[in-house]
Amino acid sequence: MALRQQVLVLYLKSSALDTEVIGWANYDGTGETVHMAGDCDEPPYRTGIGALRDGWRLIQATPLVPHTPGDEFRTSYLKYEFFFEKLVSVSD
Amino acid sequence: MTDPVLLNSQQMAHFTARGFLRFDAVVPDSINQAFLSEIGAIEEMDEDAGIHAEDAGIHAEHVGIAEHYAHIMASSAIPVVRAGTLLADAYPPGCALGNLMALPEVRGTIESLVGKGCIFDHHFLHVSFPERFYQAVGRRNVSQHTHQDSTIDPRRAFDVQIMYFPHEVTREMGGTRFVPGTHLRVVSEAAISRYQNMLGQQHVVCPAGTLLFMHHGMWHGGGVNLSERMRYMFKIRLCPTVRQTRLWDTSDLPSNHLEQRPIFWFKGQPDPEHIHSTLTKPEPWHEQDTGRLEYLNRIRLWRYLLGDERFDADYWITRVENEPD
Repeated sequence: MALRQQVLVLYLKSSALDTEVIGWANYDGTGETVHMAGDCDEPPYRTGIGALRDGWRLIQATPLVPHTPGDEFRTSYLKYEFFFEKLVSVSD
Repeated sequence: MTDPVLLNSQQMAHFTARGFLRFDAVVPDSINQAFLSEIGAIEEMDEDAGIHAEDAGIHAEHVGIAEHYAHIMASSAIPVVRAGTLLADAYPPGCALGNLMALPEVRGTIESLVGKGCIFDHHFLHVSFPERFYQAVGRRNVSQHTHQDSTIDPRRAFDVQIMYFPHEVTREMGGTRFVPGTHLRVVSEAAISRYQNMLGQQHVVCPAGTLLFMHHGMWHGGGVNLSERMRYMFKIRLCPTVRQTRLWDTSDLPSNHLEQRPIFWFKGQPDPEHIHSTLTKPEPWHEQDTGRLEYLNRIRLWRYLLGDERFDADYWITRVENEPD
């Protein structure tokens, strides 16, 4: 048996894990499922907490960064990105 | 020639807030059929269509995707046009694209968004291949990553991209996916590839002859084609040569357009058709805080379009610009 990583990326409405999911992505290192852009219109969980309750381990969250003077109103990338993982046993 | 049908103020406000306008089946079938014929479209799985790969000179199952593209580019009647050409000189009269551009609704929408003397940037025929093409070359059939076209573009002025769907697009054909309201976000092209899905994303499912006019900044991507048929979408990018101020039919702008409304505390519901409502309507994917920044950026774009820096909606900009001496 070997371990493989499944990665779930959730984009939330704010920096709080108990706010709603507004964007999501899945990457499956086991190869059992294939995900791609536009493959689902409904989020896998309503909030970030939902992912924790389902066994996903939070491994990274975006820091809160002060706004650069003169650039306070520019919008760009999604701001509240949370990376989760599950480690799954697979046959060698 | 019939007068162009200019956009009205509500349509312009919609474009400002959401970044697109969609016109279903606005292109007559005669033009759609002519366009498909001019590109040498093949319907090799549709026995009723009477058009087969063999008729087009190729056996689709036996050629690769690159070869198929090369065949279309070499044999189609789509003109090769230099970037920077006046749109008026880009398409010969009488060809399908020339006839499409002459439609009053198309001319009016283009004039309203980028002006009469707009220039041609580029065009491209996007072909989405069915599964068997990928099986033939041992590749996975997947959707296109979410992206913003071109490169980082912080301008207030904007280009418009016309997406032309010359045939019916069903859900399984994987019509273009886009996320309304993302057009004012300044990002670097494919840097947003990681965003597989977003709340409120739309997939184009449409009748033949549908046109989508998009702000150049819209986040989008081609869908995966799970049908047995080829999917074609033709995209044209146009650039303004004049400041994009009051190019549309402004006769419907209400007289109280510059007045403020009560905000947060009011009796009844605000008028959803009010332009201020259109400019401050949230998208499902909006973050709690940056959704408000989207309102500010929409209002700034509307000021640019109006040519009037006094405009504000629901006090969003007035509040942060208020610095009494």
